[in-house]
Amino acid sequence: MRIINTSEIEEIIYKSALKAGVTLTDSCKAALNCAYAEEDDGAAKFALKTLIENSRVAENNVMPVCQDTGMAVVIIEIGNEVYLEGMPLPEAVNNAVRRAYKDGYFRKSVCDPITRVNTADNTPAVLHTEICKGDRVKITFMPKGFGSENMSRMFMLKPAQGVDGIIESIVTAVREAGSRPCPPVYVGVGIGGSFDSCAFLAKKALTRDIGSRSDRQDIAEIESKALERINKLNIGCQGFHGKVTALGVSCEWSPTHIAGLPVAVNIQCHCVRCVKEVL
Amino acid sequence: MKELVLPLTKEQVKDLKAGDSVLLSGVILTARDCAHRRITEMINKGEKLPFDIDGAVIYYAGPCPSKPGMASGSCGPTTSARMDSFAPALLDMGLGAIIGKGEMCSEVAIALKRNCSVYFAAIGGAGAIYGSNIKKSECIAFPDLLSEAVYRLEVEKFPLVVAMDCHGGNIYR
Repeated sequence: MRIINTSEIEEIIYKSALKAGVTLTDSCKAALNCAYAEEDDGAAKFALKTLIENSRVAENNVMPVCQDTGMAVVIIEIGNEVYLEGMPLPEAVNNAVRRAYKDGYFRKSVCDPITRVNTADNTPAVLHTEICKGDRVKITFMPKGFGSENMSRMFMLKPAQGVDGIIESIVTAVREAGSRPCPPVYVGVGIGGSFDSCAFLAKKALTRDIGSRSDRQDIAEIESKALERINKLNIGCQGFHGKVTALGVSCEWSPTHIAGLPVAVNIQCHCVRCVKEVL
Repeated sequence: MKELVLPLTKEQVKDLKAGDSVLLSGVILTARDCAHRRITEMINKGEKLPFDIDGAVIYYAGPCPSKPGMASGSCGPTTSARMDSFAPALLDMGLGAIIGKGEMCSEVAIALKRNCSVYFAAIGGAGAIYGSNIKKSECIAFPDLLSEAVYRLEVEKFPLVVAMDCHGGNIYR
């Protein structure tokens, strides 16, 4: 049994949040550079150039890369040999978010869904915990902006719609989102499970590096075929038309019910921010 | 690239074509979802607005807080489509230009034409660049809305693209 105090987890999330707000992931930076090289001259290329420059300015000035510093999505995988002592985990997570969003001069973007009154400290975080084997704690911090979150979709397909239906759903979500989610987007897809778990699979897919491929050959083919079709939509960076509408498509899967084929499409803008730490 | 200084004359607006890249300097006002709801309520009740719409430029944005020594925090655009239902009435009241991101609806396109106004797209996600190009920021209305309040910004060389012009041109089409 390994004993970990939740205040240690709070510190890691605090530092991860501060880093995530001002830094794009390495795979996102690489993908933006590729997109810039590939794009023809015009407004889309001008926008890509501005985004690459923006990521440098954000790091140099230690300021948020995008003003939408998002809802704080936190995924914690806890080994079954770990005993957590100290304050309850949600309290540690929300303390970290509250402190980081204040100290980092991040925008507080969380509000009551009905009254729209801001909670003023960006809490509560969206916390997912999973129990896994071992004595480690893996922490993933992902600030999620809502221009893109708003364009996310859930499709409850018929089993007969199969792979073609899955690809069609992914492409439909990106096509109908058009210029609104800040393309070029990163597309996280959940395939299978139930209504709720499918949406979480889509979110988890976005924590993968852009350009990584599913271990399953048939799923990896869905990823590459969907990406190819999306990049023929001619939406382009910011909706200014062009060759690059998506930087990548990642799919996570789970067994589902014999009567169903849930497909969740979680759209991420080009501002991919995700920090992973292991304790 | 064209460099423009606010306020724009109608002749300058007529010269702008969808797809043109420009660098814009001058005074603009931020307003997004909640501020628009309040402005609209005030107009409907016949109340005086806390700022003059006539000739103003509204930027659909909600900035991050400013770090010490900086005039503004990160301040990129938010999705304009959420303001589709508010924009035509404000354009008819003399709103000079809109800055946001993403396509706006056909009613907005018609109102831009009717009033000889222009919709600029800022580059969504480039918040650090826009924030660094703000030289002065002051909250002038609805401070309780925090980042959704109305801020008066003095901006220098904002990189923008003409998205929808006063002739019906639309970069998204």
